[in-house]
Amino acid sequence: MITVNRYVCGYCGACVGVCPVCALELVETWIEVSDGCIECGRCVKLCPTGALSLEEAQG
Amino acid sequence: MRCDVVVVGAGPGGSMAAKTAAEKGLRVVLLEKRQEIGDPVRCAEGVSKARLSSMIKPDPKWIAAEVKGARLYAPDGSSIVMSEDKSGDEVGYVLERKIFDRALAMDAARAGAKVMVKTRALDLIRANGSVKGVRAMRYGEIIDIEADVVVGADGVESKVGRWAGIDTSLKPGDIEVCAQFLLYDKSIDDEYCEFFLGNELAPGGYVWSFPKGEKLANVGLGVIGSRSEPGAPVRLLRRFVERRMPEARIVEMVVGGVPVSGPIERTVADGVLLVGDAARQSDPITGGGILNAMEAGIMAGEVVADAVSSGDTGVEGLMAYEKRWRESIGKQIARHLDLKEFFIRLSDEDLNNLMHSIQSEDVSKMDLRGMLRVLIRLNPKMLWELRHLVM
Ligand SMILES: Cc1cc2nc3c(=O)[nH]c(=O)nc-3n(C[C@H](O)[C@H](O)[C@H](O)COP(=O)(O)OP(=O)(O)OC[C@H]3O[C@@H](n4cnc5c(N)ncnc54)[C@H](O)[C@@H]3O)c2cc1C
Ligand code: SF4
Ligand code: SF4
Repeated sequence: MITVNRYVCGYCGACVGVCPVCALELVETWIEVSDGCIECGRCVKLCPTGALSLEEAQG
Repeated sequence: MRCDVVVVGAGPGGSMAAKTAAEKGLRVVLLEKRQEIGDPVRCAEGVSKARLSSMIKPDPKWIAAEVKGARLYAPDGSSIVMSEDKSGDEVGYVLERKIFDRALAMDAARAGAKVMVKTRALDLIRANGSVKGVRAMRYGEIIDIEADVVVGADGVESKVGRWAGIDTSLKPGDIEVCAQFLLYDKSIDDEYCEFFLGNELAPGGYVWSFPKGEKLANVGLGVIGSRSEPGAPVRLLRRFVERRMPEARIVEMVVGGVPVSGPIERTVADGVLLVGDAARQSDPITGGGILNAMEAGIMAGEVVADAVSSGDTGVEGLMAYEKRWRESIGKQIARHLDLKEFFIRLSDEDLNNLMHSIQSEDVSKMDLRGMLRVLIRLNPKMLWELRHLVM
């Protein structure tokens, strides 16, 4: 699951532009992640602030 | 709500498209999801004077500084100076984009476009298979805006193209990920834009310093996505500033991504066209995208006006836009993509050698192409594969 650290994110939209399946959306100052995410990790690698992380789903 | 054309995104591309279409008599709606146009800034704000002035009258209200030229540094510190009018599309004026972007949107409004802020496009509306406008969220409510044509000017995070079936998603090698500080430091050169190359400083990119007057400057860097790591741009920038200007006072922070993919396969679909960063029209070598977005916006506005008046707003009717931008700005974008692919592979030693080879030449009156020609003459072996770019 993709998690966004809102305290780090600079709401620049770079992650939105690289997501291959359109799973991200920039709404004013926050990023929303939809169920469509395929956990490819591309957005995590490219985020300039390091606000994104890919974590194992619990349970 | 019904109109002729709805433009999504009030950046330079969208505002120029909206203004042009409104001047041609169309009913135009310009949507912007932010509540404040132009803020937060995602830009180093550099543009060439001549090209900007050919599209809009420069206004002191949105010009932070004028520069005399650019200084380019190799990793070992050796440098060359280029004059302002030859330094390319990013050197000349340093803008105040919060004011500039709003002024362009105001121009569109004065020309008759209806500007709607805090209004986010959510999807295209279709009827009988054709695009018939956009669905948007405005102040928390869903509204439908019917239109014959949708212009996607929604920047790096563009969705309009994807909704229309054009895959604009950027692969890691197709984006420069950037961080920038607006800072005050005694060492800032108020008269020159500076560019620092080096794989340690900014892998596959460069560090820039664009002065904004009285020792204030946009100091930032871009890293090619394929060689970046989570948070690398911010980390590298902090290191650069701590080492070179430890006393700097940072008054603003900017992050962002610039498309450097070069021309995408198509920018037109049934009832839809894309301009600016949404169409990946930013320059692959410099990352500059303001002027290309504005030029494409003007072309889009003109073509849409023709298409609406002839009643053909399908792919055929809009195709003139695709042809026009590829034959104008598209040529340089394509050439610069080849250059980028070559330059991101160079080692620091290569960069130093290239710089040394050209230092004894007078490059102050040369543009990028002229300089490349000289570089190829001086380093034929190393630059052999670039020779088609200067023919
Ligand atoms: C760090 C950095 C430095 C740069 N430096 C320079 C430079 O020095 N010179 C230069 O020429 N270029 C530079 N660029 C590139 C330049 O900023 C862009 O190319 C330029 O802004 C593109 O203009 P545009 O109109 O296409 O898109 P943008 O200016 O990005 O505007 C797009 C607009 O669309 C809005 N939007 C997006 N989605 C929606 C939606 N669904 N609904 C409604 N609105 C939406 C956004 O909020 C935004 O306001 C830089 C970029 C970065 C990141
Ligand atoms: S790329 Fe990173 S900083 Fe930019 S909007 Fe996405 S999560 Fe935030
Ligand atoms: S992990 Fe991949 S699919 Fe999921 S949001 Fe990030 S880029 Fe999109």
